[in-house]
Amino acid sequence: MSKQTLINNSRFDRMILFLNKILLILIVLAIIIPIAYVVVGSFLKPNILLNQGISFNPEHWTLDGYRRIFEDGSIVRGFLNSVLYASGFTFIAVSFTVLAGYALSVETLVGGKIITVFFLFAMFFNGGMIPTYLVVRSLGLINTPWAIILPGAVGVWNIILTRTFFKGVPKELKEAAEIDGASDFRIFISVILPLSKPIIFVIALFAFIGQWNAYFDAMIYLNDRSLYPLQLVLREILVQNEVPPGMIADQLARAEMQRAAEMIKYSSIVVASLPLMVMYPFFQKYFEKGVMVGSLK
Amino acid sequence: MMKQPEDVINKGLMKDVKHDHMSKKESKWAYIKKNYILYLFLLPAVTLVFIFKYIPMYGVLIAFQDFSVTRGIFGSDWVGLAHFRSFLTSPNFFQIFSNTIKLSVYGLVIGFPVPVLLALMLNQVRRAKIKKNIQLIVYAPHFISTVVIAGMIFIFLSPAGPINALITQVTGDSIAFMSNPAYFRTIFIISGVWQGAGFSSIVYVAALSNADPQLHDAATIDGASLLQRIWHIDVQVLKPVMAVLFILAVGGIMGVGFEKAYLLQTDMNIPASEIIDTYVYKRGLLSGDWSFGAAVGLFNTIIGLILLVIANGVIKKLNGETLY
Repeated sequence: MSKQTLINNSRFDRMILFLNKILLILIVLAIIIPIAYVVVGSFLKPNILLNQGISFNPEHWTLDGYRRIFEDGSIVRGFLNSVLYASGFTFIAVSFTVLAGYALSVETLVGGKIITVFFLFAMFFNGGMIPTYLVVRSLGLINTPWAIILPGAVGVWNIILTRTFFKGVPKELKEAAEIDGASDFRIFISVILPLSKPIIFVIALFAFIGQWNAYFDAMIYLNDRSLYPLQLVLREILVQNEVPPGMIADQLARAEMQRAAEMIKYSSIVVASLPLMVMYPFFQKYFEKGVMVGSLK
Repeated sequence: MMKQPEDVINKGLMKDVKHDHMSKKESKWAYIKKNYILYLFLLPAVTLVFIFKYIPMYGVLIAFQDFSVTRGIFGSDWVGLAHFRSFLTSPNFFQIFSNTIKLSVYGLVIGFPVPVLLALMLNQVRRAKIKKNIQLIVYAPHFISTVVIAGMIFIFLSPAGPINALITQVTGDSIAFMSNPAYFRTIFIISGVWQGAGFSSIVYVAALSNADPQLHDAATIDGASLLQRIWHIDVQVLKPVMAVLFILAVGGIMGVGFEKAYLLQTDMNIPASEIIDTYVYKRGLLSGDWSFGAAVGLFNTIIGLILLVIANGVIKKLNGETLY
């Protein structure tokens, strides 16, 4: 090996690598510090946070923010609604997508091309917010969970993705099952599905997270507060500055109410974000896979 | 006598041809009958796409009407391009349009290169475990919801928030970030990079890990410096991926970040934060101005499609002539 050249370049290169490390550390800090600030802030008495900032004195710590959240029903109910919407959305997204993707992957399918074009066209052109809203309304779905679950559930891109995946399944497997006398349905259930666990899981993961974090459809389709998903409750607290009155009713002075409301902002952020924050590291492999198979959002 | 066999043959042939012809049609139906289950598989997805994608496409017609809910599409009066004209000539058209373009173009110019740089930097981290842990941390903000991001922005930038606490220590004065339109785009774009750059880098990191390591070894032996190797090997590996993602990003320019923009909008920063989609929402849904909202939305979609086609053409040309 030509050690000579390595040494020639090495000093400058090493400086670059050192700089790279410093920069990466700064980037990591820039991400961790705001998150840590909110987490620590959620445990701090509001006047302490306001007047002297972060403190690690145990006397300054309190669980009051969390107590207030769980005593009032809004966040808990929003949480349960979100679980319902995200699960329903995921179930429909996965089952409809996988069924359609499989059918389109059968090369001999009569009319398969026309149906593929039918799906693709919908990917590039859409009616927009208002016409979609009017359709949902005329179907009587306003103020029902279906307005959240149905309109966006079938992602055309996911159908194309699964179709490509199923096309890659070796033909011999199918043929062997056919020789054994298995029906199309039987082949799908016992040969194809077990092979497609990874892609099903990736689609489910992205569907669930997307729906869990969404607020816009709920904002335009739901008026009934008891149907609000978590993100819509959070929007009231964090963005509109309207903390549910039940959470701060015990405080009489206006200033005290405001301080309690401020603390509730921090703790509600933590409660709402914790589930995904705790879970996503376990799924890192699948996210990477998911992005690779087709930049799923 | 001699004709007979020929006839027979002819008849036989005719029969065969006829039979063949029949069987093609028949086999189509036979196929559908035999494989009806495949069509059942397609039915749910086709139904949903038809109802929630195709019917609204037809519903776009209300952009050319004075649509009233009670009279429906068939009963409402046609007004041609009146809504488009009134949008294009309205005094705030220019502001809304340029806000939309500026927000997404600045966002693209700043937001597009960051994940690429991050991937190149991560690629230099030798120890796999450290690299993986850094990745895990930079992905995290992607999983925070838009509402929470907006909430964090309000907390951090409020007059009594931590950032203003630092600023007042230095200058003695606090800055009203959320009510000054001058800061809106910066806040929007920086928070977007904070949230998305890590996750967007995944695709580039993966592309780099597929690059041939022998290229680097060979270049090192030839005396290439680290920066030379990054430029001539790594960046070249990323170019095709960047091209595809860039086309998609340009195609999405007209629809960018609407949900976050709406959340970050305050009465005071509207001069910078009102973009086409927030305007459609407010005029069309909140004020019930259906036709006008649909017209503005359609205008937005069409500009988006044109941009996509242009971007595709430009990249094709660049790729064809200079990159390779």
